[in-house]
Amino acid sequence: MIWSVVFLSLKVAVTATVFALPLAIWVAFVLARKTFWGKGLLDALVHFPLVLPPVVTGYGLLLVFGKQGVIGAALFDWFGATLAFRWTGAALAAAIMGFPLMVRAIRLAIEGVDQGLEEAASTLGASRARVFATVTLPLIWHGIIAGGVLGFAKALGEFGATITFAASIPGQTQTIPSAIYALLQVPGQEQAVWGLVAVSVVLALGAVGLSEWLTRRAVRR
Amino acid sequence: MVDQTGGAPMISVDIRKALGTFELNVQFQAPAGVTAVFGRSGTGKTSVIRAIAGLDRPDMGRIEIAGRVLFDQDINLPPHRRGIGVVFQDARLFPHLSVARNLTYGGRHDHDRIVELLGLGPLLTRYPAHLSGGEAQRVALGRALMSNPRILLLDEPLAALDATRKADVLPYLERLRDTVDVPMIYVSHAVSEVARLATTLVVLDAGHVVQSGPLEDVLSDPKSMRIVGVRDAGAVINAKVERHDDGDGLSVLAFDGGMISMPKVDRPVGTRMRLRVPAQDVILARLRPQQISARNVVAVRVTELDHGRGTGVAVGLRAGKTPLLARITKASLREMDLAVGDEIFAILKATAAAPENIGQGRG
Repeated sequence: MIWSVVFLSLKVAVTATVFALPLAIWVAFVLARKTFWGKGLLDALVHFPLVLPPVVTGYGLLLVFGKQGVIGAALFDWFGATLAFRWTGAALAAAIMGFPLMVRAIRLAIEGVDQGLEEAASTLGASRARVFATVTLPLIWHGIIAGGVLGFAKALGEFGATITFAASIPGQTQTIPSAIYALLQVPGQEQAVWGLVAVSVVLALGAVGLSEWLTRRAVRR
Repeated sequence: MVDQTGGAPMISVDIRKALGTFELNVQFQAPAGVTAVFGRSGTGKTSVIRAIAGLDRPDMGRIEIAGRVLFDQDINLPPHRRGIGVVFQDARLFPHLSVARNLTYGGRHDHDRIVELLGLGPLLTRYPAHLSGGEAQRVALGRALMSNPRILLLDEPLAALDATRKADVLPYLERLRDTVDVPMIYVSHAVSEVARLATTLVVLDAGHVVQSGPLEDVLSDPKSMRIVGVRDAGAVINAKVERHDDGDGLSVLAFDGGMISMPKVDRPVGTRMRLRVPAQDVILARLRPQQISARNVVAVRVTELDHGRGTGVAVGLRAGKTPLLARITKASLREMDLAVGDEIFAILKATAAAPENIGQGRG
């Protein structure tokens, strides 16, 4: 039972990170570099999940992505897809909760890039896309790793929004935190709880270790 | 290399842009070779470079390089399509790439020759963090050249270096000027660099061009003293090594208008050299001086008098076809009763051209 929970949690967290990260890079870039009307609004919107009670975010997801929700209904009509109470819903909740952490870390890195280097690259004949891929991206790599790890850890541990939007259905949407919570409601399950706690610690340490290693590799020259 | 055959100039610039407190309004044309844009800091030199490179958009104007319009009211090519190499004051090497990969970022044009010319071989495997300022600037030069630019813009490439490093890089710049067929626009506030490198000089003040033309003409123009400053003002003369006098440790150089002897220069007879004669080091005399220790006495004609605001007067002179510039006090002017057209004598001290001012002339 433990391993199916762990596997599901990893699936949810990896999916959330993989889909959210590219979007987070784009949003971070826009927030760091562009000036446009409504920038403050976008900034606030991105940070909302960080400051709202997670349960409220989960409820908001239900309203928007539930079967009656604006987007949820459309998804169901066009693709026959539902998110609420599915593992994909858990991934969506995890992605949205981790998103502000990713954006913050990456934005900080982008703001630290010397734009003079990008200018230099453009005078050497590099198009905007090439400048981004060959100069900006390598220089913000540490921020992307940090943001990815933070988002991944957040996704693994997300509880409030996930349980509100995707519930805690064993084998379908029951991730490590909701499993621990469920087990604690029943006396005599301490062993299983300790097992999940141990896995959580190992995963968290592993993620931090991996990010350290990646960062060092990127910085070494 | 100077295109004096007429036709369209290599570089034609007309830039207007409101810049905070002052307005940049710069027009100049220049042939191939090295065009120095000279001015004190805050006069808009860097803005000119940035506009030509396409990094900033002028409000109005027209920029044409080698027959190609880069900017006018309908055209505004992005930097990466302008074919312009830029060497920035702070080198701007990519910190995550080795020297070798920095160099080839924009192309591999003439790779081996440029590596050789700039002495980059030993640096190729290093990373920018492990380069000295002078080395970084040489790599930046090489990187810009390998992108095969139609023109090279240099924005005070030596300003961030100390005197020793400057002396390291300057000879490389001279070698480039003399061997690589790429016109350059060289922005600087250092007269000594400009005098060594430039063929054409554009002088900026408060966002406007106050003087422009061949280097020799501009630097010997008395009006230039107001911008260049009393300390740095002085003519540049093109001379040829005539003979060496080993016994006295002197070399004699000939120019159109006279001879000048100076401490031995380590160049073979016949070499063309460019000498700087600071205006402060020129002494004027009504009569040919005799029995004096100075060795260089040249017959000159007064061509212009420019009364500055201070105690000094800038005196434009001509020896043969060579323009010279002297600075004397107002009191001297009064006592000598100088007027334009007077035939007098100028004493150029033998040490007049300090070693760092001895550049190889262009032939």
